[in-house]
Amino acid sequence: MKARVTVTLKSGVLDPQGKAIEGALKSLGVAGVASVRQGKVFDIELGEGDAAKAEAALKDAAEKLLANTVIENYRVEVTG
Amino acid sequence: MKSAVVVFPGSNRERDMAHALRLVSGREPALVWNADRELPAGTDLVVLPGGFSYGDYLRCGAIAAHAPVMEAVRAHAARGGLVMGVCNGFQILCEAGLLPGVLQRNASVRFICREVCLKIERSDTAFTRGYNAGQVIRVPVAHGEGNYFAAPETIARIESEGRVLFRYSDPDGKRDDTWNVNGAMNAIAGVLNDELNVLGLMPHPENHVEAAVGCTDGRGLFAGLVAHFAQAA
Repeated sequence: MKARVTVTLKSGVLDPQGKAIEGALKSLGVAGVASVRQGKVFDIELGEGDAAKAEAALKDAAEKLLANTVIENYRVEVTG
Repeated sequence: MKSAVVVFPGSNRERDMAHALRLVSGREPALVWNADRELPAGTDLVVLPGGFSYGDYLRCGAIAAHAPVMEAVRAHAARGGLVMGVCNGFQILCEAGLLPGVLQRNASVRFICREVCLKIERSDTAFTRGYNAGQVIRVPVAHGEGNYFAAPETIARIESEGRVLFRYSDPDGKRDDTWNVNGAMNAIAGVLNDELNVLGLMPHPENHVEAAVGCTDGRGLFAGLVAHFAQAA
């Protein structure tokens, strides 16, 4: 079973890297960029065949390690 | 004072820290490998040194925070033992939940290696009894992620509880954005836990303990700790 955990900064948390990327895109002349927030994507393969159990395990992984919930939100998707 | 310095894969300031502890306390600190599950018996102070534990993978300190030795560090803190994390050690303590907040990428998005001025906010703690409240000391910083952040309600709480121990300031002790080198909230350079026995700070007092390097302002922290334990004994 495959899954994806997406970790993003909470709104209101300063993102210096996103700001730097935003500035670089603007200086490259990429049109229409209003703002950039940088995040992380984890593609995970699981031995578990039960989608509900897999989702519970991934939430556990995100809470314990993949995300720092002081500044980050996470989303778990079991992709099949 | 019996001290222990924890070494993680990628730590690189453990010898500087051990040198400062040896120089000021007169006792050889134990170096403890991060896979160990116990601290040496009778350890008074545990130090998590600077460096790039586990290559800063995922987030600074995130992997080290779950190393086997951290359960022993947590138990030591729960017993009231002193714990100090410097630089990467501060990041590890935040990731382990032993201190509030997180250290984010510097606002400038650059690694900063320079000397800073720190205002000592209070002198009635085990870590700062070697200084006077309001005193300004000079110490080096060397980090890419030292920009302290916590939720506004957390900041309000630690401020009202007097848990901000060190603050970036100008040489006269005044808050000034140009001296807040990494953009930390409220110019916070070092914080305490609610029991005041766990400290994290980004600057490196261990690098200013000898006249040969031009400044000994960091010595007061170690001398204060030695005095703390001498008095307790």
